[in-house]
Amino acid sequence: MKGMSPIVRSIVGLIAGFVMLYGLYVVSTGHLGPGGGFAGGVIIMAGTVMLILAFGGDKARELMEERRCHVLQGAGALAFLVVALVGLWYGGFFVNFLPTGRVHHLHSGGAIAISDLAIAMSVAAGLIGIFLALIIGCRAAMFKKDK
Amino acid sequence: MTIEFFILMLIIFMIIAALIAVESIDLLSAVIAVGAAGFALSVIDLLAGAPDLAFPQVLVEVITLVLLIRMVMTRRDTSRQTSRDTLRTAVVLLAGSVFLVAVFFAAGGMGMSGGIPPFGQPVMGSAADTGVSTQYLTRCAEDTGAANTVMGILLDYRAYDTLGEATVIFVAILGGYVVLRRVGRKKDAKEVEPS
Repeated sequence: MKGMSPIVRSIVGLIAGFVMLYGLYVVSTGHLGPGGGFAGGVIIMAGTVMLILAFGGDKARELMEERRCHVLQGAGALAFLVVALVGLWYGGFFVNFLPTGRVHHLHSGGAIAISDLAIAMSVAAGLIGIFLALIIGCRAAMFKKDK
Repeated sequence: MTIEFFILMLIIFMIIAALIAVESIDLLSAVIAVGAAGFALSVIDLLAGAPDLAFPQVLVEVITLVLLIRMVMTRRDTSRQTSRDTLRTAVVLLAGSVFLVAVFFAAGGMGMSGGIPPFGQPVMGSAADTGVSTQYLTRCAEDTGAANTVMGILLDYRAYDTLGEATVIFVAILGGYVVLRRVGRKKDAKEVEPS
């Protein structure tokens, strides 16, 4: 899978960092405003998809190989479960075990921020992996068939 | 011009877009019609005061549109037209409408003080101030420390439900891997046309 024109490449190279940063912002302020783990994870995935489409499949594999996606997806899901199980030790399943902190401050909400981070990791890695499998795998098979 | 009027217009727009998506022969125009329906849904979410819902909706629509167009543009294929089974369509439509009517009457009979509450009123907390949603709204900040009540409910009060959602996404992606994988697949399976 080839990349796009130099104009697209340079624009994407400028923008991609900001997209990722916005995704991290949405993840980390999920307990303060609209957003959260799923939305932030999808933004991070969108930035990566933009990079993959602009720079082509070979570059994408250097950046994010499928195996790493699988590991990160599993680790995110596992982290969310660990948050639930640690709460079990504090009195019940999914009990908020960290201090709630002051409302409207970034350091508040207890375990909500950790859960957001875990969900974002799982969602972003899983969707990037499915994108890689869908686009690169299918197109490689198709080109082989055309020849 | 009330907000219900705008939402009704958007719902009509969504129905038209869905019909175009089903009926059009060209795959690209079907994909674009699906995208239009999704964006109209996100505008409905915004009008109903749910930015937490509209935000992922817009994102998923953009991703889906990019992905589907990228896949559709590579092949000059059009969807196959088959003759329509009128009886089956009629039965499905009838079942759907009976279900909707049943839901309407069931919601009216559940002691919600005379049917479905008006637009914008919480369903579970409208009967009295002791309703569970009223409790969530008034006590979320001190209980969970989250300024965003939606996230406080999703990841603290109702985190078990969110675990179920995360499991659904996880298993769905896992199923996608199983279908699309290249590692561990037999040689002759590569000749199968990717769908």
